[in-house]
Amino acid sequence: MTEFKALTESVIKGDIKAAVAETQKVLDAGQNIQSIIDDGLISAMDDVGERFSKGQIFVPQMLRSAKTMQECMKLIQPHFKEGEVTAKGKVVIGTVKGDLHDIGKNLVSMMLEGAGFTIIDLGVDVAPAAFVQKVKETGADIIGMSALLSTTMPAMRQTIDALKEAGIRDKVKVMIGGAPVTDNFAKEIKADAYAPDAGSAVIQTKKLLGLS
Amino acid sequence: MLRKNLLCESWKCAGWICRAEGRSMIIVGEKINTSRKSIAAAVAQRDADFIGRVAREQAAAGAHFIDVNAGTFLDRETECLCWLVQTVQNAVDLPLCLDSPNPAAISEAMKVHRGEPMINSISLETERLEALLPVVSAQPCHVVALCMAQTSMPSTVQERVQVASQLIGELTAKGVPLERIYVDPLIQPVSVDIQMGNAALGAIQLIMQEFPGVNTICGLSNISFGLPERRLINRNFLVLCMARGLSAAILDPTDKQLMAALLATDMLLGHDEYCEKYIDAYQEGRITDHR
Repeated sequence: MTEFKALTESVIKGDIKAAVAETQKVLDAGQNIQSIIDDGLISAMDDVGERFSKGQIFVPQMLRSAKTMQECMKLIQPHFKEGEVTAKGKVVIGTVKGDLHDIGKNLVSMMLEGAGFTIIDLGVDVAPAAFVQKVKETGADIIGMSALLSTTMPAMRQTIDALKEAGIRDKVKVMIGGAPVTDNFAKEIKADAYAPDAGSAVIQTKKLLGLS
Repeated sequence: MLRKNLLCESWKCAGWICRAEGRSMIIVGEKINTSRKSIAAAVAQRDADFIGRVAREQAAAGAHFIDVNAGTFLDRETECLCWLVQTVQNAVDLPLCLDSPNPAAISEAMKVHRGEPMINSISLETERLEALLPVVSAQPCHVVALCMAQTSMPSTVQERVQVASQLIGELTAKGVPLERIYVDPLIQPVSVDIQMGNAALGAIQLIMQEFPGVNTICGLSNISFGLPERRLINRNFLVLCMARGLSAAILDPTDKQLMAALLATDMLLGHDEYCEKYIDAYQEGRITDHR
């Protein structure tokens, strides 16, 4: 998508001023809104996520790119027309009951948003019932759960149990992550995916929704 | 005497507070943690030789406490932590730092611990506070007071000092003396918020000023999350923390560059009379400055 090359590059660099100017330029040129988002912004963030997962760039660079994209979106939003822009999927996300750590969860939210997903962030210390309630309310496709403490990891299992009890386990995919969480633990509690970092969370989310 | 007084006065004038003069940094060796693969394997196989070796190597490098953490064993944590306590204390004659967010694991480990352990940690989170307060006041021990509020993580200096003050209040009311309290200002990554270094440093300074006699402690690695060459960042952060009055640290004492920075800083801050410890460490080959 050569028409978005300058935009993509400035988002990858995290150059807010240049990215906003480029966004204005493509808007003025009458480019299709969906295409600006998909082929300009999201494709830039895909690249950022991939580089991050490979260890080529670091957290501050990823955050800077995500912030740049948010600023560009602010400019684009007034141009949204009904039915013209489609979100790729809805993710309900939160740090589990008893756990107040939110840094990893926030990084994941930001990268998923950058990848074009709608994020419903329930914050920290989220009870199983609150996850269930929000999924019912929003018809979310995925639940993302984070835990930094080994003592709060059981709350992930409890949330999955609560989904079963509510009869909606088969309607929503479950993705988990956080420092003490492992792929084995994800398998043990029958989560659908484990994401060790924010870049992987995007890749896993796409896989779960059949987008890649 | 005159020289000492002058020193103390000049510190006060500058608004700085330091550790009691001449008191060395308290070092907690962090290496026996099952989040490290080799340790997890050794605990799973009950390999007492391996664990003993890691304990002795940290003791030889200058650790005052040996941290033990078996958190990754989840529902088998208590049993693993108790085994670690006994195994490490068979290998070295040092008190341990019992490291777990799980009050049940801590109180069981305390029962098999000889001497006065360091409890890591208590916080304002209701469950943890209510479960651990009676335990830490029932027998002599050192307590790490983590600046985690009841329902959120503090972000500013003021929020940290506020939580610290509440925790110190709770602990001293139960008879834990100030000298046995180690406030952990809760280190958050600078990669996510560039002010997080200053937030921790400011908190250390204020806590040491407001509560003379109390200790401050921190782990070093959270500060560098999400950045390259983390050891470099951790090492420089330690120096900055010490300049603000940090009196204890959880670190890898076998990291020669880190220990070199610690000893040099302690000396520069006036805690090492005749530069004795620094020179000893040099002559024993414990510190290095590789180019």
